[in-house]
Amino acid sequence: MSEEKKKGWKELPIGATLEAGTAKEYKTGDWRNIRPVWNKEKCIQCLRCWIYCPDSSIILKDGKVAGIDLDHCKGCGICSEECPVKPVKAITMVSEKQSK
Amino acid sequence: MKNMVEIRWHGRGGQGAKTAALLFADSAMSSGKFIQAFPEYGPERMGAPVQSFDRLSDEPITLHCGITSPDIVVILDPTLMATVDTTAGVKDDGVIIINTALSPAQIRKEMGIKGKKIFTIDASGISKSTLGREIPNTPMLGALIKVSKLLDIEKVLDDTKKKLEKKFRTKPELIEGNLKAIKRAYEEVKGE
Amino acid sequence: MRKLLAITGNEAIAYAMKQINPDVVAAYPITPATEIVQIFSQYAADGEVNTEFVAVESEHSAMSATIGASAAGSRAMTATSSQGLALMWEMLYIASALRLPIVMPEVNRSLSAPINIHADHSDTMGARDSGWIQIYCENAQEAYDSLIQAVRIAEECLLPIMVTIDGFIISHAMEGVETFEDKDVQNFIGKYKPAHPLLDINHPITIGAIDFNDYYFEHKRSQIEAMNKVEPVILKIAQEFNKTFGRSYGLFEEYMMQDAETAIVVIGSTAGTAKVAVNNLRKQGKKVGLLRLRVFRPFPAEKLSKALSNLKAVAVLDRSTGLNAYAGPVCTEVASSLYTNSEKKPKILNYIYGLGGRDIFVEDIENVYKDLEKVVKTGRTENLINYIGVRE
Repeated sequence: MSEEKKKGWKELPIGATLEAGTAKEYKTGDWRNIRPVWNKEKCIQCLRCWIYCPDSSIILKDGKVAGIDLDHCKGCGICSEECPVKPVKAITMVSEKQSK
Repeated sequence: MKNMVEIRWHGRGGQGAKTAALLFADSAMSSGKFIQAFPEYGPERMGAPVQSFDRLSDEPITLHCGITSPDIVVILDPTLMATVDTTAGVKDDGVIIINTALSPAQIRKEMGIKGKKIFTIDASGISKSTLGREIPNTPMLGALIKVSKLLDIEKVLDDTKKKLEKKFRTKPELIEGNLKAIKRAYEEVKGE
Repeated sequence: MRKLLAITGNEAIAYAMKQINPDVVAAYPITPATEIVQIFSQYAADGEVNTEFVAVESEHSAMSATIGASAAGSRAMTATSSQGLALMWEMLYIASALRLPIVMPEVNRSLSAPINIHADHSDTMGARDSGWIQIYCENAQEAYDSLIQAVRIAEECLLPIMVTIDGFIISHAMEGVETFEDKDVQNFIGKYKPAHPLLDINHPITIGAIDFNDYYFEHKRSQIEAMNKVEPVILKIAQEFNKTFGRSYGLFEEYMMQDAETAIVVIGSTAGTAKVAVNNLRKQGKKVGLLRLRVFRPFPAEKLSKALSNLKAVAVLDRSTGLNAYAGPVCTEVASSLYTNSEKKPKILNYIYGLGGRDIFVEDIENVYKDLEKVVKTGRTENLINYIGVRE
């Protein structure tokens, strides 16, 4: 990965005031060693995963779970832990290696 | 008026020594003088000896140190003279104005004061009869104006009236009483 | 119409705040600055200002709330003293690094222990490297005038500013203060247009983000540059103030300096007392002068060293101690600036005075000039650091 050229002090915004939502540009997906796999058929659309996800990585479409934002998901597994579907959860965590 | 006049007020916490110093300076400013008025701050307790100060001048005042050798000392409570060195630093030709029913000669003898000019006024008595309670600071203001010859009494009365009208909107009897007290003390203060 | 009022330093500051009419004031009372907040809260309660007054539970919260209000895009002020400023400590640095134009009157008072409520400069000297502009005033009039200018300085430089007066000596002393009309003050300070208000929801921003070692230094460097640019702004606004209101202010005030051979450098109310000493000695034919430093941050090193370079000896009076720093804070900076900016190097003496409100009199200052005369005569300084008015 090529290093982006860093700015000098004269180029920086006053008071380090930045645009909002810069976390969106910061891809934290590569921190992950396990990833959530969502099973659309099993999902009951309770939205608990969406409520609990600390990285806002559950993608909603028209108020329904539509997938997982793997650019930002850090693989914490909370979504899977909170999924109430039994006996097999609608979100399961699998190793990154295994998933490739 | 010489270049600068320095005044020290002695009173007890709650007697209005600070207010008197501020009122006097305020009136002096209305008469065109440059002024400073400041209290001595310490632990503030009702009844404890307190001091406050005035500086008056025809020129701007830049001094910001305390006053150690005043031209005039005003003593709101004569019992202080037994415990506080109220004449400390007063110049030989300095003036001492005391709230007491005694004459200047009697006070001089009783307190063993040498030199200086002593004036007395029964400010407590005046305030009791004009205000119905013992608040000696405004009558002492009248005595100071008479003795110091620094300000015009009519102007001060006029000025004080305006200020008291703001402060005592709901107690008009206090306005009249205070003005009467200043006037009486101005007329009744006795020198040697 | 202008009004001459017989008011104390605190009253003058509260009155200026009323005329500035800030959007938000968040403050906590502390002696001897209590009256500023108390009087101002009365203005707010009586509807004489449009200010949202926030009564907080500590000075840490006062500064935090003021920072929040300023970041939101409002004209925000607070006031404090001594321990209160000390409690604001970590937030002071955040205010300046976020480049928030907060205006804060500060009443100089010593720091505990022992507990003491009287004047010295230990409090603001402790905050001298916090990235705030610091203006030290000699009297109530200057405090009133400076506070009005401070609003403009802060908002043009996007830096916070503290305007200080000596506790009790100025804060509680009544003097004649010439005040302006509300509308003239409003015209002078103008309307505040924040560059990036947090509450502008159409242009959302992030404030107070983290920097790693790859960017922190660059942000500090830009903050230093912001301070570097303050000097001409202070002078420009002072000039405009003089044109509008007819009183002149600079980075420092030179009194009888033109042909002076020895001089005292001092800040705050003692300068007024020292002027009387200079007048007395001038009558005796002594070539003595006085330089009253007004703007301590940014430190006007170049101009100050130029003003002092032709002296034979200079005494710097410090109303705080570095507690075994090389010298008092004012002296250290004056000496450094002379060492690096000037070919000619006058002898320097440092005097620590007035700690915890210990009074300093005209004679004390005349004695300093006598010491300087001796140094000039003998060419020798016995002690760099000397003390005025401390019992052995």
